[in-house]
Amino acid sequence: METTTVDTSEKKNQIWAFIVTGIMILISLIYYKVNVYYMYLVAYIWFGFAYGMMLQYGRFCFASASRDLFAAGVPRMAVGILVALTFFSLIQATLASTNMSTFHPAPFGIHTLIAGLIFGVGMVLAGGCASGSLYKIGEGNGTSFLAAFFGLCIGQAIFVDVKWFNFLIPQKWVDAAVVNAAARNIPVDKMTSSFDTYLAGYVWNQPVLQLSKTKAISEALPGAAKYFIGDSLLNALIPAAVLLIVIYAFYSRKGFMKKRAKAKGGAGTMGFSDELAGIWNMITASKRTTIMGVIIGIVAGLHIFVMKGMQIKFGVANFGELLTRMGHAADTSIKGTVFDPGYWYITSQEGQLGGWILDKLGWDMHDNIFFGVNNGLPEPWRNPALWMSFGIIFGAFVMARLSNEFKFKLPKGELIVWGLLGGLLMGVGSRPALGCNIGAFFIRVAGGDPSGWLYGTGMVGGAFLGVKFFNWWSERKMAKEMEAF
Amino acid sequence: MAMKFEKKGDGTYLLDVCGYVCPHPQIYAKKSLEKMAEGDVVEIILDNPSSVETIAQMCDQVGHDVMDKKTEGGKIYLKIKKG
Repeated sequence: METTTVDTSEKKNQIWAFIVTGIMILISLIYYKVNVYYMYLVAYIWFGFAYGMMLQYGRFCFASASRDLFAAGVPRMAVGILVALTFFSLIQATLASTNMSTFHPAPFGIHTLIAGLIFGVGMVLAGGCASGSLYKIGEGNGTSFLAAFFGLCIGQAIFVDVKWFNFLIPQKWVDAAVVNAAARNIPVDKMTSSFDTYLAGYVWNQPVLQLSKTKAISEALPGAAKYFIGDSLLNALIPAAVLLIVIYAFYSRKGFMKKRAKAKGGAGTMGFSDELAGIWNMITASKRTTIMGVIIGIVAGLHIFVMKGMQIKFGVANFGELLTRMGHAADTSIKGTVFDPGYWYITSQEGQLGGWILDKLGWDMHDNIFFGVNNGLPEPWRNPALWMSFGIIFGAFVMARLSNEFKFKLPKGELIVWGLLGGLLMGVGSRPALGCNIGAFFIRVAGGDPSGWLYGTGMVGGAFLGVKFFNWWSERKMAKEMEAF
Repeated sequence: MAMKFEKKGDGTYLLDVCGYVCPHPQIYAKKSLEKMAEGDVVEIILDNPSSVETIAQMCDQVGHDVMDKKTEGGKIYLKIKKG
């Protein structure tokens, strides 16, 4: 039985939802009026808005996927993500086969696994992954704001600009960085941080892998088949199906079979059809999450299609070119580019916001590869991917208001510590792999890049450690409470 | 800020995790139910919507009965009977 009290706050919530949506429409119109090139940025705003609404409605958080499995034995979110991945990979393969994809794979190496592990611990401590933290800010969650602002924005920007980690860098990376930087015409004054040496001396030497582009698959499967079989079937669909079966076997099967046997009057043995029914029951157990998984997968694919269309329409490969045409070349990197992934991404643009703030406070943030050479430091109101992150917050805000679920929750006590620490670990864990749970896992797996699974494995391992810690912590607190019984 | 787990009467408990965000409400809900006897009832008060979905599915899988769910002023009240 479910009851919801209807009061004046419901009306107030609806008014808030309309006001914010109206402001977003107004902002879009202003951009259009200023210059039609800004429609590129407006597309990011509304895809972000849609992601925010869907994430909030489906309680769609990648941290929850592995954390709730380990902490509560609940597969809801893990299933939702695998469903989203399935749909997204099929659309991604369709786009790749029609040359409409913006996807690019990342360097493959052990660094991806380690980064995922750090990120995984961070997301459990912070109470949400990179995208989850944004939608939770939209719900009024102050702990998520701490994690996103101080960890993902400021922490990440500091991480890419300091020399603090030079003691971890082997000499061969230093030597390789000099050679690689010279080969790419990168000025010495743009390569000053530990992260720069790691990037130029180690990451750039790692192989980049996309199954459809491997010799074996591209020769065996000419045409569109290499994208559907190589990238989608082999890299996403089969592993997702195997994972669903494993999750079912370990977390859902026992409970389902118990109920099934009871329904059958305890008679008879269970067959293959019962197992299939059990898997279907697990997939549909949380309809709002699974349905959102399907829609998120489709929308993420549509996002790629629209961004590619915009690039073709304006004759550019990066929004930095449009900024330069509009007279804002100072926003861009020395290559004339800004961070413009062409699809769903979270952490890099938040690092840009942190970098922009620190730069305004007098900390030179242009003297590194991340901002100075690759991503630029655009003003936040001209930063396309950052608008996507703002869109997620506003979209989640509107959905939370409409569902009467918005509530300001200031972080207090231990949550301040977990939020800050978790956010910092997420910031540090997203940079070495060049992405987070979205950019380094979700997008890469769907795009046929096996390094996505490496990052995902690290995230799951990190989540396991985080849950172990919280189990120990909460057990202590429960024991204290129960002393009074 | 502190969580509250109180014994309200014979076989009835209260778990108040308002102010807490993921994963704390679901972890405390699981631990509370583990410490109760079959047939005992716990009222859980929380204000983190994302945790409700997880708690509901956890109960469904394990066989606990979610007897009542209501939302008032941004707080969610769940009444769960341990199965």
